[in-house]
Formats: sequence, C-alpha cells, structure tokens
Amino acid sequence: MERYSVFGLIKHALSYHENWQKTWRSPTPKKEYDVIIIGGGGHGLATAYYLAKRYGVTNVAVIEKGWLGGGNTARNTTIVRSNYLWDESAALYEHSMKLWEGLSQDLNYNVMFSQRGVLNLGHTLQDMRDIQRRVNANRLNGIDGEVLDARQVAERVPIMDCSGSTRYPVLGASWQPRAGVARHDAVAWGYARGADRLGVDLIQQTEVTGLNIHNGKIIGVHTSRGDINARTVGCVVAGNSGVVAGMAGIKLPIESHPLQAFVSEPLKPILDTVVMSNHVHGYISQTDKGDLVIGAGIDGYNGYGQRGSYPTIEHTMQAIIELFPIFSRVRMNRQWGGIVDTTPDACPILSATPVEGLFFNCGWGTGGFKATPGSGDVFAWTLANGRPHALAAPFSIDRFYTGSLIDEHGAAGVAH
Amino acid sequence: MFYIHCPYCAERRSEEEFHCVGQAHIQRPENPEAASDREWGDYLFFRDNPRGLHQEMWVHAAGCRKFFNVARNTVSYEILETYRMGEQASVTAGTAAHGREGQVEQVHKKVQGVRA
Repeated sequence: MERYSVFGLIKHALSYHENWQKTWRSPTPKKEYDVIIIGGGGHGLATAYYLAKRYGVTNVAVIEKGWLGGGNTARNTTIVRSNYLWDESAALYEHSMKLWEGLSQDLNYNVMFSQRGVLNLGHTLQDMRDIQRRVNANRLNGIDGEVLDARQVAERVPIMDCSGSTRYPVLGASWQPRAGVARHDAVAWGYARGADRLGVDLIQQTEVTGLNIHNGKIIGVHTSRGDINARTVGCVVAGNSGVVAGMAGIKLPIESHPLQAFVSEPLKPILDTVVMSNHVHGYISQTDKGDLVIGAGIDGYNGYGQRGSYPTIEHTMQAIIELFPIFSRVRMNRQWGGIVDTTPDACPILSATPVEGLFFNCGWGTGGFKATPGSGDVFAWTLANGRPHALAAPFSIDRFYTGSLIDEHGAAGVAH
Repeated sequence: MFYIHCPYCAERRSEEEFHCVGQAHIQRPENPEAASDREWGDYLFFRDNPRGLHQEMWVHAAGCRKFFNVARNTVSYEILETYRMGEQASVTAGTAAHGREGQVEQVHKKVQGVRA
C-alpha cells in the first residue's frame, strides 16, 4: 500500500490522478479468523486497526452489514473533548484525546483534527457550580480546563448573546482548549485503510444473522455469506447492540433513541470554536467548508427510525437562535438522525459476557465519536488478552448489578 | 410528529403534550429485601429494547397529567393502541405482526435509504 505524501500527490498529478490505488481491498471472507469484529463503524475499525498495529493480531475480520462508517460515525457533530467528571470516564476519554493528538500522522491519513477548544456554557448558578466542580476534577486528572465568566466568554465568541438579557443568560462556561472537532468520515476511512494495510479483512455488505455458541463458548458467527469461525468475537454495533445481544440470549441495559443533527448552508468563517449548552440544549461549530453543524437532544422515546422528531428540531433551533441571534436567517441544508444506544448512567459498556470469547463495546450513547481511538485501543487490548483492559474494567456490565454506576449525565452534554 | 390519543382525556393531541416514561408493565419485586442483586439490577436498569412492537408508559404532561400505556412500533413509530393504567394490552407481538408487517417493512426500507 502506498503512503500518502506530497511527493505522491505531485507524482499522481503528472498522470492526471488516474492511477491511485484502491484505499482498501474487498476480500472474500476466509473460513476462520482469530478475531471477528461485528460492526464496521469508527469504533469497530479502530479496534481492528489497534489489534493489528499494537497487539500483533492480524488475522482479523470486520463484518459490516452496510458500508464502512455508514452509521453514527457519519451521523454525529464531530466534537472531540475529554472533560468528563469522574475518574473512570476522564481516564478513558483522555486516553482517547491523546491518541487523537497524533492520529493523522499515525494513520498517514488526514483526519482534520482541529483543537479549536470547546465551551460548555452555564446558564444558572447551579450550572456554574457544576462547571467549577467538573473543571477542578479535570485538572486533578491532568486534563486541561478553565472556568470562564460571561465577559471572558463574550471575548472568545463575540457573536454570542452574553448580554444577560436572554431568557437563560450566559453566566460563564468551562473551556477545554485541547478539545475540538475532527472529520468524521476521514476517521472511519483512515482506520479502515490502516487496518487493511496491516492485513485485516474488511467485509462489507455482509450481515451477521446469528452467533454460533457451543457449550457457553463462542465459536463463530452466521452471516448472510455463510458461517465464519472465530474464538473471539467483539460486537461494536451501537444502536443495534440489543439485537445482537439477543442472538446470544443476553440482555443489555440499553435503550435506543434517535439523535439528530443539522447542517446549514456554507457561510464565511464566523465561529472558530465549539459552543455547547446543556441547559438550553444545543451545540454548534463551523466546519472548514463553512457549514454550521448543529446538534440536538435525543428524542424522548425509544426508536430505530433513523430520523428525528420535529419538536426536537424546533427546540434546538430556539436554543441556537437565542444564543446566536445573528444566525436567525441561516437556512439549514440537511438534517439526519442516528440511533444511539443510551445506558442508564450515560457511560459506555466495555465488557465480557457470560458467553466465553464474546465481548461487547456499546452504550456510547450520544458521545461515542470523541472516544473512537481510545475505545478502539482499549477494546483491542481486551480482545487480544481475553480480559478487560484496566481502563475498560470499570465499564463492565456488572456495574448495573453491583451498583457502582459512573453517572456522567452532567458531562455527557446531551440530556437523556 | 405524531399524535397520541389520551385514554383519559379521550382526545388526540400532539406528541409535544406528552412525555415518554419508558417501558410499561414493569413489576417491582414483591419483597425488595429478599431480591438478589441480579433481580434488583434487572428491575432497575434492564429494559426491553425491541425493534418493532414496544409497550411503553407515557404521561400527558401538558394535559391531564395522568400516566397511561401506549403500544407503539419503534421503527415506523405507528401507535397501535393506547390504554389506561391497570388495563392489559390487546395488541401483542403476534397480533401486531398479522396484517401490519408489510406496512412496517416498507417504512423500514424507506428509513434505511436515508443517508447522512
């Protein structure tokens, strides 16, 4: 596989860019693999990449029923941050953040990671107390963060209405300078290309229809293209986790909800950071192309229809217009909904199961994109060693029986 | 946007007046002290998450403020029936599948065609 570089670009320019290699192969599935990963989204592809790259397991297949990165990886607002409250989640998301910081070089693929900072606004006194608590907790965990007052927020984002005359006045914010955004599709494609180069088979248009379990051990999967054997299977299927878990007779504490986002018409550069508000419920950033990317809350009911409800659209627009009156005449280009797998404590499940060799990585809910590299690395270690990585251990499914939940509703950014 | 028939107000109103509370017909363990951690965890946190028919509890938050049950398809969002607390559902997975499956399947296909 050829490396991407400026010299390659010049070389291919001479032949009118007609001879670029395919980014990855389309292999026929083998009869047996060491590890099968179900789900070719960002997390699944990252898992495959790190398995091959860091843990020496290259006989790996990623089985995807549609196309690579076609689910929530392509249906999010691309925000990357690690300012979570509790030690367990802060460690996991910060691990991810550190991988983000070298990801383009590591993958030899530009994921357009832009550390433009994230503001989490506070609109009430209690919001500000929570922000102070969270920023202090972050700093104790070695994660950058600052508490800004309304004047400092206004200096950073002059187009935002920080006058104090709005229904929910901006009183301040937490500010994580290292946070930012990344190009979501490039993350999936970069990991896919990297994994393919290391020998991982990416098998698209193949649906897993059942799990082959014998004497409490997994020995393979049934797919729409025949049976494939493996002693270790990792399931990374986000909103459909409950469906695959059902094949193994396992119940997960997950409910699937639609989460939607919008993209506006392209504008000249006007917003150079990411603004999130948990209280009025909207978040916004501007892409390099100029589109405003706007996120919303989840729909309150369970749903698998990949579309969001109109009241949620209206509610989100109200929040954005109140914060940014200047955007009141911006037109929206597109709107989409993804199915997010929410857990009772807004934290993911990275866990072994009662079936030996079957592992789940799910429950990322509304905030999985930022965790893509960290989740992949930690889950790859878990699959390679057959036991949970130290960072994954607190996220075991057992926490719902022992009661040691990790309540991240405050830092998750989207009310559930 | 969908409309929900409130069985207490006996009126069909916009979904904005309602709030979904979650899965219906959850039984609290008879004797919580005697329940094992597994039983208690199941009761607190583990919910059905079906792709298809789902019995759930809603509250008419901006209306009569009463709780009631809804049988809804989680793919097409079609509401099959609403009924009062304490009543049993007349639509079950078996009866819902009969005659409605084609319709649901069609919606499902349409949904899958939507690209981000």
